[in-house]
Amino acid sequence: MGTIIETNDLRAYYITQAYGVERTVKAVDGITLRIKEGEVYGIAGESGCGKSTLLRILLGAYEPPLTVVGGEVKYHLDGDILDAADLTDEQQRDLKWRTISYIPQGSMHVLNPVRRIRDTFHDFISAHRDATKSESFQLTADYLRDLGLPEKVLASYPHQLSGGMRQRVTIALATILWPKLIFADEPTTALDVVVQRGVIQMLKDVQQKEGSTLVLITHDIGVHANLADRIGILYAGKLVEESDTKTILENPRHPYTRFLIESLPSLDSREERLAIPGRPPALDRPPSGCRFHERCPLAKDICQTVEPDLIEIEPKHFTACHVVEEELSSVAV
Amino acid sequence: MSQSEPHGGSVHAPLLQIENLTKVFHIRQGFASQDFHAVDKASIIIDSDKPEIFAVVGESGSGKTTLAKMVLGMETSSQGILRYKNRVVNDISRKEMKTWFYREVQPVFQDPFAAFSPLKRIDSYLYETAQNYQMVADKKETPRYINEVLSEVGLTLAEIAGRYPNELSGGQAQRVAIARALITKPSLIVADEPVSMLDASLRMSIVNMFRKLKEDNNVSVIYITHDLATAYYTGDRIAVMLRGWIVEMGPTERVLGNPLHPYTQNLKASIPSIKADETWDEKIDLAVIETDEYTRTGCKFAGRCPAVMDICHENIPPSVQHEGRTVKCFLYDESVDPAKKTALTPAAG
Repeated sequence: MGTIIETNDLRAYYITQAYGVERTVKAVDGITLRIKEGEVYGIAGESGCGKSTLLRILLGAYEPPLTVVGGEVKYHLDGDILDAADLTDEQQRDLKWRTISYIPQGSMHVLNPVRRIRDTFHDFISAHRDATKSESFQLTADYLRDLGLPEKVLASYPHQLSGGMRQRVTIALATILWPKLIFADEPTTALDVVVQRGVIQMLKDVQQKEGSTLVLITHDIGVHANLADRIGILYAGKLVEESDTKTILENPRHPYTRFLIESLPSLDSREERLAIPGRPPALDRPPSGCRFHERCPLAKDICQTVEPDLIEIEPKHFTACHVVEEELSSVAV
Repeated sequence: MSQSEPHGGSVHAPLLQIENLTKVFHIRQGFASQDFHAVDKASIIIDSDKPEIFAVVGESGSGKTTLAKMVLGMETSSQGILRYKNRVVNDISRKEMKTWFYREVQPVFQDPFAAFSPLKRIDSYLYETAQNYQMVADKKETPRYINEVLSEVGLTLAEIAGRYPNELSGGQAQRVAIARALITKPSLIVADEPVSMLDASLRMSIVNMFRKLKEDNNVSVIYITHDLATAYYTGDRIAVMLRGWIVEMGPTERVLGNPLHPYTQNLKASIPSIKADETWDEKIDLAVIETDEYTRTGCKFAGRCPAVMDICHENIPPSVQHEGRTVKCFLYDESVDPAKKTALTPAAG
């Protein structure tokens, strides 16, 4: 399996200037990713850690004040390597939705409230390829049947559908042209558990049917556990840990990841669980050294001054933490 | 009904008494009008001598928020009994609502940023509440009192003084919202989805706080959520709602430990597990159009229920006592022929 999208030391800041005061928010700061063809890659982290900014850059859909100040995003599509920053408008139009697609968070606000679902689908399909109304209706009906959505949906208006059904219609809409690369931003947040489960099932179906690549962004580790092949943990604009899902869940090494997983309540026990102390740092003035050191129970002097590198601590398991690094080197010596 | 004691009620009166509480909305479509039971015959009693966290769970559109609004006196009930400290909430005068009821019962809402005006300093809400309810005799003492309340939620006045809501994180803003509710020293807090806007890491800090408030300040909390894991973690008792009905209610450990109603089983099985090798095999059915289920005759879950029987399509199931909880399901109704109940799949989890 080859790489389908890669970033190299990507840095994207929000640079604003108001009344002569310049403010730089370092939302994505030095992220290197290799996402493989056909995998589900999960990006996890608290709100304000740069998840959505990263997604915007990966999609190539950003405007000032968000600026890419360093690094690059490359798509590997059909043997071509495309730089996301260099795409012409025409290439953009060609790629979007047909090859690269995006499932937004708020399904309520995406569908046109005054058009029936089938008309929305026709608008969408006819904008990207030549299709008569009956052709796109046929295509839509077949696709929805494949995904197990009832046909009743087609003639409905968005407000008649339940929240979960709307979210699934949105997913169907975003994937009907069989994109190779799908980005999903918090696709299940604000849905209740039963509906969430239906949406997860459907995302899985869509991804497996054509072997598409899915980049899944959510703060809910439970969703990642059920969907993702690999997980990257983001903290304050930096990738702090990355590995396959099983390793992240069973053997997390970065103290932040460990907190994140241990703080999850479950139906197994009612024992008191501790929340992560403190709060995420403001990204316009990120802490020096390791960005987690203010909240980290293991923090040492070095953590306050030197930024840890992302190192491979075991095959395909990367962590950026001085303490873990020291433990490893002491074992090696 | 006794209204002789305006402040307090008798010792034995429950803190909150809800019996067969119903809220009907009339939906007009053209000339046709349809009745829509958002909450249908709910019964809950919270004792006054034993504070507890009462969790209400259910999917969106199950009537959780309507129930909360009725308890808060923000929505009048259509039928049934709703009493707070033996006083009928609908009959409390507007003046007494302000001087007494809102001192006793306080809300916490889902989105702290929607609860506070972005143009107002966040500490002004605390000052206003403290002064309106005359919580301190001497005005100069107000900051000290506010600081004391803020320390209950793990904040200090210095941290938030003079700041606007957008300068706080979601978790901090929600703590201020809870502190605001605590200013009047309430006996009951109605928290409607207080953590669903927050990250998993902040969730626990808020939920732990409710536990602490219950233990240290004797505050009862009605905790409304769709997150079963936190409901299990905090709740002493739990009510599972479906389309206006309470389908299962009892001690949390029993109800979620061994759910009886097929809907509760379905809910429990839908919690995503964080164990990598535990994933779902079988598919589930979802409601297509919400109003279809609300207006269904018979059991509202019949369209999705794995253990459905003929009787479920025709009759409304009774609420029966079974294994230490109340279940609204024909499967546990002894008057139904047991031979027909074979469709039950006991371990849907």
